[in-house]
Amino acid sequence: MTAIAFTRPATSAPRAIERATGEARWIRWTLTGIALAFLTLTLVLPLVLVFHEAFAKGLSAYLDAIREPDALSAARLTLLIASIAVPINLVFGVAAAWCISKFEFRGKYLLMTLIDLPFAVSPVISGMIFVLLFGMHGWFGSFLFDHDIKIIFAVPGMVLATTFVTAPFIARELIPLMQEQGTEEEEAAIVLGADGWQTFWRVTLPNIKWGLLYGLILCNARAMGEFGAVSVVSGHIRGETNTLPLHVEILYNEYSFAASFAVASVLTLLALVTLALKTIVEWQQRRAAAEQAAANDELERIAA
Amino acid sequence: MSIQVRNLRKTFGDFVALDDVSLDVPGGELVALLGPSGSGKTTLLRIIAGLEAADQGSIHFHGEDATVQPVRERQVGFVFQHYALFRHMSVFENVAFGLRVRPRADRPSEAEIRATVMGLLTLVQLDVLAKRRPSELSGGQRQRVALARALAVKPKVLLLDEPFGALDAKVRKELRRWLRRLHEEVHVTSVFVTHDQEEALEVSDRVVIMNEGRVEQSGTPEAVYEAPATPFVYGFLGDVNLFHGRLHQGRVSIGESELDAPEWSEVRNQVGQAFVRTYDVQLHGSPRNGALPAVVRHIHSFGPVVRVELELVHDRRTIEAHLSRHQYAQLAVTKDQRLYVVPTKVKVFAKDAT
Amino acid sequence: MRRSSHSVLPGFGVSLGITCTYLSLMVLLPLATVFTRTADLSWTDLWGMITNPRVLASYRVTFGASLMAALVNTVFGLLVAWVLVRYRFPGRRLVDAMVDLPFALPTAVAGIALTTLYAPNGWVGRYLEPFGIKVAYTWVGITVALIFIGLPFVVRTVQPVLDDLQVDVEEAAASLGARRWQTFARVVLPTVTPALLTGFALAFARAIGEYGSVVFISGNMPMKTEIVPLLIITRLEQYDYAGATAVALVMLVASFALLLAINLIQWAARRRVEGPGA
Repeated sequence: MTAIAFTRPATSAPRAIERATGEARWIRWTLTGIALAFLTLTLVLPLVLVFHEAFAKGLSAYLDAIREPDALSAARLTLLIASIAVPINLVFGVAAAWCISKFEFRGKYLLMTLIDLPFAVSPVISGMIFVLLFGMHGWFGSFLFDHDIKIIFAVPGMVLATTFVTAPFIARELIPLMQEQGTEEEEAAIVLGADGWQTFWRVTLPNIKWGLLYGLILCNARAMGEFGAVSVVSGHIRGETNTLPLHVEILYNEYSFAASFAVASVLTLLALVTLALKTIVEWQQRRAAAEQAAANDELERIAA
Repeated sequence: MSIQVRNLRKTFGDFVALDDVSLDVPGGELVALLGPSGSGKTTLLRIIAGLEAADQGSIHFHGEDATVQPVRERQVGFVFQHYALFRHMSVFENVAFGLRVRPRADRPSEAEIRATVMGLLTLVQLDVLAKRRPSELSGGQRQRVALARALAVKPKVLLLDEPFGALDAKVRKELRRWLRRLHEEVHVTSVFVTHDQEEALEVSDRVVIMNEGRVEQSGTPEAVYEAPATPFVYGFLGDVNLFHGRLHQGRVSIGESELDAPEWSEVRNQVGQAFVRTYDVQLHGSPRNGALPAVVRHIHSFGPVVRVELELVHDRRTIEAHLSRHQYAQLAVTKDQRLYVVPTKVKVFAKDAT
Repeated sequence: MRRSSHSVLPGFGVSLGITCTYLSLMVLLPLATVFTRTADLSWTDLWGMITNPRVLASYRVTFGASLMAALVNTVFGLLVAWVLVRYRFPGRRLVDAMVDLPFALPTAVAGIALTTLYAPNGWVGRYLEPFGIKVAYTWVGITVALIFIGLPFVVRTVQPVLDDLQVDVEEAAASLGARRWQTFARVVLPTVTPALLTGFALAFARAIGEYGSVVFISGNMPMKTEIVPLLIITRLEQYDYAGATAVALVMLVASFALLLAINLIQWAARRRVEGPGA
């Protein structure tokens, strides 16, 4: 055996075994190419098209479409609805997350399933159920009619429908997060003499701030962009019961394509901002988690 | 099948994991790669397996160049530190995996697979658990499944990466003995990586001690323990004391004493280190030739061996002596007592030998 | 409800109260109307409304296109997730963030954009027109729209599972002689399958209820390209509350069944890995 002469290969060991568990290079490039082509077709093209069509008639036409009175009132209404629906769901989300994650009780899983329900329901049905409740022939229909209270085909109905549709967002974000964080820190605070509110503000809230922000961003995006549910309850009265998405629909159906896309481009910008914020928050969450892990390792090292 | 490693070099960015490593593993032997973290032992193992590629150098199996051969074709069995069992398959299917993925032409029949798998499971004493999932097994059982799985494809070489590292002490000891017995039955060339010197010395036919990407020494457990070649090896194996002194023409002066160091007869006035095992340190109640005065600082008198910590008077360094209970009683050692230390079986290294 | 011994933390009563009140008023009560309305009908009437030919056609359109879209999304979603997790290429992070676009974009915007894109003179439609392939105003267009909105469901469900895969299992398979595709099929895929199924079910569930992105591109021809949500709206506009509710009931039952299926998939997957004791 020792008589065999070994010489070094002329080149350093080639990439043949670069990664024992990798695919061949050409496979990797092909798969990546197909994936990117699919994403371009599915996601990028529509995005580019929105802005292309929005400016199809030039910049001044674009600005006119956005500044048009009906468009502006649609924008105001969209903001109004979001500014009501999101805070309500914030309170609900935090309350639900608190009792589910910090306590044990029977029916917990039932509660969690109920919270998920609006996710599973079609937007049109989400609007329809409020028509069934408050519409002319609904449960409370005659009562409302007698007292001249308008809910359906008016703003209150739209707020209700939007609130229903966006209800789970914040809760779903907070519940797993708070469950993972456990109850130790809060218990420590109580033992040290803090009351409920102080514990929440000073101990819980800082820990969940990124998850909460994330949920808020998603909830807001959905609240402003909701179409189906709001369409059912709104009555489509121009200048009064139209949100931005509904306004887009009206313009499109009237063949005012450029104007329609102009308004749509505003919503698209909102979506892109949402994505950017989401990415930032995720990055912060990862950083916080990594810092925590590093701190734990350091503690273990010192203790060892 | 024997393994020949020649001049391997591997870097990860700035970090040199292996620096010109050469090694011979004779066929049928059980070899331990021993060293602290970062010594390169796992990297070496993975390069032999084909899971990593070296930057320079070559690997030969029984004389044939395997340096660029993909891992699939090397016919090595690899046992991972965290078992790497297929969680969604039963124990039986895990062990059968290597047989099932053979090309159609080479694939054994279902009956043959069953016979091989059950035979191996019986060998590792897990035949009754064949239908269980890995999550239902203990750590020791999982490692045995991993071993059976690696052996199922009749590898020419068996490689184990800290196989008992994730297990608790008692299970580790059992599995150590068990691996030794298994090797004696199956006789596959085996290389295993460990940082536990007791494990390496107990189980293997040959120990390769690595440090900072280089091989410090290679030899039988006895050879390596009794005749360490470098200060690192000396310090790494067994409990050892380090005395600092000066070397001059065949003698080393430590404090007031002088000891013979004939192998350094050429040296003039150099800093030196003298290694003495803790049980080779003699303690005496009264001064004598070549003894170093020291003061007792701590006594740990539980267990079969009494550990006495002493502070040398001349340089205030701490050394440790291990006494039997009998010696301890005879000397009547107490704290702050002044004793006289005579190092025996001293191994001396010049400072730049490190 | 039994209080746990950990009630040293305050706020249980308040938070549970708020949660239950809100859920009852905002979620359960409105949803209950669907059931009470249909309870008013006799079984024959209800059955008649649900199996009306136009209604049946709309089920075919909605469920058929949703199934097709969910299948396409499962295949391509797995591909996208794999490429994002395993490969490095310039702009990977940007692409990763973009996958969530269908989540963030209002459905009406997606609707008009896709319609314009696939119309006979649209950027994509014009290349398909010569081959006689019509996308806009056909069920193909409906499927395309549903693919758009369902994609993130599959990708985001599969990605974490792929991320968590330990490389040593794949190395073990390679050391045992498996070729790359064998490792993928026998080791990687079984681990990912529960997530794939969940993603499929989520995409399917979202697709059957989808309105905004579909209603523009479908053309809404009764019996041909009318989706169920639109049919419900049409009935409501005609004040045929009973008819609308009957159809909605079928949709709700389907949605809840899907929710249940998703939970079952995840339970079965845990059991498969952890064994019958779990």
